[in-house]
Amino acid sequence: MIINHPILGPRDAQEFVYLGDAALIARPDGLAPGAQEAFHDYLYLRDNPAGLHRELWYHEQGDRSWLVVTRNTLTHEITQVELARDVARSLGRSK
Amino acid sequence: MFGSGHYSGFRVIKEALTGHKGWRPAWRDPEPQKSYDFIIIGGGGHGLATAYYLAKQFNQSRIAVLEKGYLGGGNVGRNTTIIRSNYLLDGNEPFYEFSLKLWEGLEQDFNFNAMVSQRGILNLYHTDAQRDAYTRRGNAMILHGADADLLDRDQVRAMYPFLNFDNARFPIKGGLAQRRGGTVRHDAVAWGYARGADQRGVDLIQNCEVTGIRTENGRVTGVDTSRGFIGAKKVGVAVAGNSSRVMAHVGMRLPIESHVLQAFVSEGLKPLIDGVITYGAGHFYVSQSDKGGLVFGGDIDGYNSYAQRGNMPVVEDVAEGGMSLMPMIGRARLLRSWGGIMDMSMDGSPIIDRTDIDGLYFNGGWCYGGFKATPASGWCFAHLLATDKPHETATAYRFDRFRKGLMIDEKGQGAQPNLH
Ligand SMILES: Cc1cc2nc3c(=O)[nH]c(=O)nc-3n(C[C@H](O)[C@H](O)[C@H](O)COP(=O)(O)OP(=O)(O)OC[C@H]3O[C@@H](n4cnc5c(N)ncnc54)[C@H](O)[C@@H]3O)c2cc1C
Repeated sequence: MIINHPILGPRDAQEFVYLGDAALIARPDGLAPGAQEAFHDYLYLRDNPAGLHRELWYHEQGDRSWLVVTRNTLTHEITQVELARDVARSLGRSK
Repeated sequence: MFGSGHYSGFRVIKEALTGHKGWRPAWRDPEPQKSYDFIIIGGGGHGLATAYYLAKQFNQSRIAVLEKGYLGGGNVGRNTTIIRSNYLLDGNEPFYEFSLKLWEGLEQDFNFNAMVSQRGILNLYHTDAQRDAYTRRGNAMILHGADADLLDRDQVRAMYPFLNFDNARFPIKGGLAQRRGGTVRHDAVAWGYARGADQRGVDLIQNCEVTGIRTENGRVTGVDTSRGFIGAKKVGVAVAGNSSRVMAHVGMRLPIESHVLQAFVSEGLKPLIDGVITYGAGHFYVSQSDKGGLVFGGDIDGYNSYAQRGNMPVVEDVAEGGMSLMPMIGRARLLRSWGGIMDMSMDGSPIIDRTDIDGLYFNGGWCYGGFKATPASGWCFAHLLATDKPHETATAYRFDRFRKGLMIDEKGQGAQPNLH
């Protein structure tokens, strides 16, 4: 698989480390009520869809940026690649 | 008993003398009935074994297995056929040892030649620390009634003189042997359970994809399928890599990710490897099929996938592992490779449990090691379906172990499925 890095251009997926569902960006608030349950779901439960999947890849052997890659789990086709930083900010995160 | 009758040496001779006119199909191809007491979703090894033991061991009837494709077309027909019970943790070892004991009597039990071959499995170690870890593992196995034998370098050399003992970086220092481990003809396991279940009245319904699970007041009432609605008092899900998709029908999210695992087979060679060898310094394991092909594999590809094929980097990685362990493998030509979809759980261990919906039960999270579990998984799932209580060797395989901090994490990797 080739991941089209927004800054570096097309890179072999082998340069990256895979973390999983991009929903992991939205870490629950540990002080909010119900945090224990929220963390159980966050840590252990996954949608695991067959089809489009937004997922986190880390460019370990490159510029060490985190990317959000939209990939079809049925075909391995990659349709979108974003910087995870931009995605996190668009979700209201400060960094 | 009806259908295909009893198989025996005597029968083979009799059929040979009478023009082979007495053989019948190994199972029927029935139309689905309106409703059943038990519906098992998934006609892989685990689903078929569950139906078989439900009928045979737990005396239940009105049972159907619904399979979206053909029987045994999933992982049970794609794996590298290794059986063993060399686990470390209390939650796992009694279950896998129960499974190994069932393998030992399976062919007589279901009257089918599954080529169960206890040719032994050898896990190599390359460092002192690895030897100590294997000593501990071997002791845990022995304490649970399994067999284990720690071999030194010379003992391993006597078994497999061609291994790369003097690799400068990963010298082979010995291995942990489980002589009762080995291989089984994977397809025959599906066929044997299918035939045994059919003979006991189980309806095996193929080309029947489950597209919905109906519930009423928190109770399961049946399933929607590509062949219409089928009612059921109890529904057991055993769909391996498709677990999340099927359980999504009732809005359940699982502690599971689906990943692709590849395997490889070489051209047929003369007898070379009479057991199973796993490399301790890289992702590589190998055995030789009775047809002569070297059957080998390594790690999962490492990203979510429902495509039953993998990518080049893992092909390279596995080939490198093979070259580093036994350089002569480089002279063998690769015949083919394939992939299967693994239900990778968050701690690397399976789940056999009830759900919050009455009458709906789940079996999954087998990762890349569910073939060896097939007999015990079927038995324990049938036990749960029939009695509503977990079997004594499967009490730890619960959904709530993640909530309660009771993970069964053999590798100590944490909630990262692609590392298990
Ligand atoms: C390459 C490879 C190597 C492996 N090597 C080993 C090994 O050496 N040792 C070992 O112990 N394990 C091994 N495994 C793992 C093992 O094969 C699996 O853990 C095990 O087979 C899973 O259980 P099963 O047989 O029931 O799965 P499957 O055979 O996959 O059965 C599940 C069935 O459910 C059906 N299904 C899915 N969705 C639906 C639906 N909606 N409706 C109806 N039916 C549905 C599928 O079509 C399938 O037939 C390996 C796996 C692979 C892919």
